[in-house]
Order: sequence, then C-alpha cells, then structure tokens
Amino acid sequence: MQDDTRQGDLLVILRHAPHGSSWLKEGLDVALVAAAFDRRVTLLFMGEGITALLEGQQAGPLGQKGTAPTLAMLEMYDIDSLLVEARGMDALGLTGEQFMLPVEGVGDAEIAELLASHALVLNF
Amino acid sequence: MRYAILLLDAPYTSQAAHSALRFTRALLAKGHAVDGVFFYHDGVHNAARLAAPPQDEPHLVDAWAELGREHAVPLQVCIAAALRRGLLDEQEAARHGKQGASVEPPFELTGLGQLVDLGLRCDRLITFGP
Repeated sequence: MQDDTRQGDLLVILRHAPHGSSWLKEGLDVALVAAAFDRRVTLLFMGEGITALLEGQQAGPLGQKGTAPTLAMLEMYDIDSLLVEARGMDALGLTGEQFMLPVEGVGDAEIAELLASHALVLNF
Repeated sequence: MRYAILLLDAPYTSQAAHSALRFTRALLAKGHAVDGVFFYHDGVHNAARLAAPPQDEPHLVDAWAELGREHAVPLQVCIAAALRRGLLDEQEAARHGKQGASVEPPFELTGLGQLVDLGLRCDRLITFGP
C-alpha cells in the first residue's frame, strides 16, 4: 500500500549481486535515505541483483557487512514495494520460497511501465 | 530544461567521467540549467584534490572544478562513499584525525538526500557509469 502523504516516487533498480562489489549496498543506501526523507520508494531486483534476496546469507570472510541485514530493515523504513524481475528469476532458477522477503514478480511490460511511472529512476 | 548529472565511475577508469563532463559542458553551451553534479560510488574519486595526471592528458578533477566555478554548478560528493575511499575535506580530515584533506571546494561533501532531491527537482537526471 502506498502512503499518499509521501511525495516523489523513486524507483531503485538493483542489478548486482551482494559481496562482489559495493553496487548493491550503495543502491540500497539511496533507497533507505530517500525513505527516511519521506519519499515513496520502490525496489526492483533484476538479474544477479535477485540473489540479494536469498535466505541465509552471512557476512563472509571478507568482513563485509553484507546486505541481508539492510534488506531486513526495509519494512522499518516503510519500503514495502519490493519487485523482482520474473525473467531473471527463471534464468537463475530461483523461486519465491528461497527469498528472505515477500516480493512480487514483474514481467517485462510491467518493468517498462515502472520506468515510465516513477519521477526518478536510479540504476545500480 | 533543468538537468542533474549522476556520475558513478572514477576518472581514468572508464569513459564515464569524460562523457559526463562533455555532456555537462554541452548542456551549458545549449543554455540548459544544470542544478548539480552528484558523485557517488566510485565517482567520488573525481573529487580527488591530489590527482596528478600526465600533462598531456585531460585533467578531469580540475576540469570539474573549473566547470563548477565558472557556471556555479554545485559539485556534490556523497560523504559516506567518499570517506570510505579516503576522500575527506578539511573538516572531515580533522574529525577523523587525518593529516591533510583530499577534497577541496568547489567540491562539497554532502548526503545522499541531496541526490534524491536533485533528481526529483530536475526535469532530467542523467546517470554516467561503467
């Protein structure tokens, strides 16, 4: 459900897997900050970015914090519009049951619509 | 039109910084307003005061600074991404007990909220990345 008192729609697209680079982390940071400033935020996980949603991730030997704790906080920031590219899920052989959060699958046509309907789109 | 630029890659690593700079110059030459250039991810390296490329190569850091000064375009650098990568202005250097600053005006360290504001305020936000 979208809260109409919030202004400015932001779509953050996450296309990189966690741990291998800071893209995912820095993309999520923008989403959290925008939400903290009372913007409406939609997250779209695409391609390898979908692996961020996999349950049971840990920090690992590099000492990175990882992104799973951030994803777990999204609800606290009222970011509840979590979308995932259906075609990407198929390509990676993933199903919704493997994810740590409830997400909604979207097709290519819906993604095109999302790009058009958000005032600001940021791609990470 | 009112434009904002988002640069996500370091100078001398890919074409992104060159393209962003040339595009910004072209916008100004055409009479468009550029409300700000935001440096995030590895793009924060464009604010490295100590960059010293060979003299026969474009000096991207100086070119950004010159563009910022001449056209009063704010050059905003994400503070969290910058501090991690060793890019500190005088105030942050003092705060973290570091000798010497690696970022100086017209670049300014700022928060990600500025990026969101900038993007929503302008007609177009154009992203340059690797």
